[in-house]
Amino acid sequence: MKIRVLDILVLAVLTFNMGCSHQPAPAAPKPTAFGAALVESSGGKQIGAVGAALSQPVVVQVNDDQGNAVPGALVEFSAPAGVAFDPGSGLTDSGGQLTTTVALAGMAGIYELTASTLTKAGKKVELKLQEIALGYQQQVGSQINDKYCARCHDPESTPERVSNYDNLETKPHPFTEGDTLNKMSDADLTAIIAHGGAALNKSALMPPYGYTLSKAEIAAVISYIRLVSDPPYQASGTVYAQK
Amino acid sequence: MQPAKNPLASLWRALFGDPVRAFGVVSLVLLMSLAIAPAKHHFSEWRHYQKQYLALIRNRGDAVTLQRHFEGGIQQIWLPELGVVDRCTTCHVGIKEPSLADLTTQPFHRHPIIPHRVDQFGCVMCHRGQGAATTVEEAHRSTLAWEQPLLPARYIESSCGQCHRGPLTGTPQLNLGRQLLSRYGCVHCHTIKLPDGGPMRAADDPPGLLHIADKTSREWIYAWLKDPQAYAVSATMPNFKLSDADARDISAFLIASSTPLNGDTAPVPPAKASPDPTAGASLYGESFCASCHAVQNAAGNVVGGDIGPELTRIGNKVKPEWLQVWLRNPRIYDSGTAMPHYRFTDQQIATLSGFLLTKADSDLLTNVHLDPATPEQIAHGKTLATEYGCASCHEINGVKKPENFAPELTRIGSKPVTQLVFLPGMQHTLPDYIAGKIRQPRSFGSALKMPQFGFNPAQVDALTTALLSLSDRSQNLPPALAVAAPPASTYQPAGKAGQLIADLACFSCHTINGRGGDMAPDLTWEGSSVQRQWLKDFLKNPNTLRPALIRRMPRFNLSDNDINELTDYIMTVYQTPAFDRDAMPPGGYAPAQVEQGRQLFYSKYACQSCHIVDTKTDKGYIGPTLTQVGSRLNAAWIYYWLKNPQALRPGTTEPNRNLSDEDARSLTAFLMAQKGKEGSK
Repeated sequence: MKIRVLDILVLAVLTFNMGCSHQPAPAAPKPTAFGAALVESSGGKQIGAVGAALSQPVVVQVNDDQGNAVPGALVEFSAPAGVAFDPGSGLTDSGGQLTTTVALAGMAGIYELTASTLTKAGKKVELKLQEIALGYQQQVGSQINDKYCARCHDPESTPERVSNYDNLETKPHPFTEGDTLNKMSDADLTAIIAHGGAALNKSALMPPYGYTLSKAEIAAVISYIRLVSDPPYQASGTVYAQK
Repeated sequence: MQPAKNPLASLWRALFGDPVRAFGVVSLVLLMSLAIAPAKHHFSEWRHYQKQYLALIRNRGDAVTLQRHFEGGIQQIWLPELGVVDRCTTCHVGIKEPSLADLTTQPFHRHPIIPHRVDQFGCVMCHRGQGAATTVEEAHRSTLAWEQPLLPARYIESSCGQCHRGPLTGTPQLNLGRQLLSRYGCVHCHTIKLPDGGPMRAADDPPGLLHIADKTSREWIYAWLKDPQAYAVSATMPNFKLSDADARDISAFLIASSTPLNGDTAPVPPAKASPDPTAGASLYGESFCASCHAVQNAAGNVVGGDIGPELTRIGNKVKPEWLQVWLRNPRIYDSGTAMPHYRFTDQQIATLSGFLLTKADSDLLTNVHLDPATPEQIAHGKTLATEYGCASCHEINGVKKPENFAPELTRIGSKPVTQLVFLPGMQHTLPDYIAGKIRQPRSFGSALKMPQFGFNPAQVDALTTALLSLSDRSQNLPPALAVAAPPASTYQPAGKAGQLIADLACFSCHTINGRGGDMAPDLTWEGSSVQRQWLKDFLKNPNTLRPALIRRMPRFNLSDNDINELTDYIMTVYQTPAFDRDAMPPGGYAPAQVEQGRQLFYSKYACQSCHIVDTKTDKGYIGPTLTQVGSRLNAAWIYYWLKNPQALRPGTTEPNRNLSDEDARSLTAFLMAQKGKEGSK
């Protein structure tokens, strides 16, 4: 009887284990040092596509209270569901830095990533980074922006693509300028894009695109502008209480 | 055993002791088993979600509308011609509700805006998964009974590619993946039959190796075979991870099989290079070599175009005599090369080749010491070249181009997971398998021949996306539902001008009648656009029209005869049927009309934001400079261009301003008055 109970137990454990295909997550390495602060080295504020890896890795650095880099400190990354880190945690290298590649989740929007490390006293220090994922519509908008808008609206120049921003007497609003653009409704932006600046008593330097772009294309540009705006755009209208 | 029997026996007696009791128990059991089906239905997952949805919308301001749209029970989208039965909307109830954009809890999120309607296309067309399933597990993941898991969002564009065979604005990743498939020569070894019939064509042009010994040394071939990216970081040739002995033998075979070229390979007469030490660099710059060729700078960035090979260490590779013959006329060695035939003088050739040969890395070949090749090594090299499929890409004397060298990829996007061999620790899904194979092909087996490519993560994702689009659905799609790719143009200009256009490789940068590159303006209607004298002057000495561009038309040192031939051809043949070139007078507009045009240009239409007419005041440099546009363009072209730029050149950046005839005429008058300063053409 005893043997049978044991048999059944062993069988049950075996079946249970076979049923679980999940491998245990690798244990986080043990930190050899502790820092006092976490700072971003690079990789924040990137614009990528939904689900895809960001083009640049995210690099964070752990510093002590003197501001010196701390090698061997444990950094962990976390983010909303669907965001993938490779690696998700690790020890900082000799320069006090940890590099991870980030793939954003499947929905368009702004994702807040959190990097955290523990101080010697066991206090959690956090660093928040924001990344933007473009969905289909914003992706189309981004391409139209590249072709028609960015040459004037983006003040950044590259050797391959010189910005026209400095040549304009009335300066266009960069699309990240949320303080101004967030106050304008979708209908306002549509009107300016379709009819040009002059039709709305703004600068005539902004030409009308209503005969060049379709309505859907203009909507796509606006959805792109809304997503890259800083501070982030909050859609106006009824906000319903969520339970 | 004895003690266990007693309680069991008493239990048996208690339940089935007498017939009435037994009947009662059996009836009860039967009743309960009959209740299983309705209970399963009642407690099913989808009911749970529908209840959750109703509870969620109850307190919203738009509850009435949402409740009216809501239909309970199993929902189904049935598309018979595509074989799609989707029940996803049973749980994803709010997918078509525009007002639910603020709701982020799944499965109730509204679907993001796409050009298709969910009820016409269903869900599995794009997302894969099991449409007919009604539980979360079976619909989204692969289970024992179902193989098709949900497609990860990072590859979602592959689904667009099942029906859309050409590039789309909204699918940059798919477009890139398809480009990479043909640009990196994947299709030299792997056959991909496109659903509309023909095979996918390679867009690269791997050099033939028939006369390789004329061009380079065996040492260089050896170093290149060992690690192509050590010679040029942007090289598209993959790394075959050859052993020293194998690289030695292949290099021996390639040199031994090379034959001297029959043709005008007489050495360039020894001309003195220009004594000015900067002359070579200036000539390289003036000839706009960098528009096609890249060079790695001190910071490690590869700067320049990617039409021709990277030249960072060209001095390590080519023999000086070969380089000089190549610079004199590249078509002697490669009749189909994308490189134009510059008409360089002997002195220019000496100067430029001298400059290029200094681009070398003294360390690259120092450790390569090869003994003279033995016949056995050469024979072994030939065997290796055959085994590795070198002739799939390169023309080699004595090795035939293999047929179907690597597995066909026509339906790779639907390959069943059960037919795949995964590596330990890998996710068992098709996208992960494909991405893994592209990333590190040899990790799947040391005997595999597929070489190592140096793709970055974005390129791996793009290639995986493009391969996933090659699915059964894509092959079996009713032709009426497919969106065909724009047909490839085989346009070939005729006559002597046609030969000149080929010799100057105009198609490398310009598109004419749908064929050619996109670096420079489309010339399909150039004859309607420009004035004859301007075109002649421009071909003789191209000056830039767009100050912000770093890539410009090079000077080919054409003879007057060639210039006349080209000008005549362009002015006669490249005419638009949209209007008559002589519909507007070239000049003599009333000063009042010119002034009216000036007002419109600067005030109403603010053209100066992109164009320069007066270099003192105007600064815009997105469009071409218009200081002498009256000597360059045709009046009728300006008029019709202003009326609708996209009608004359689809996709051009200048917006259509919907001008009245009157305004267009005045602007034309103003622009035709811009003849430029005397002698500053």
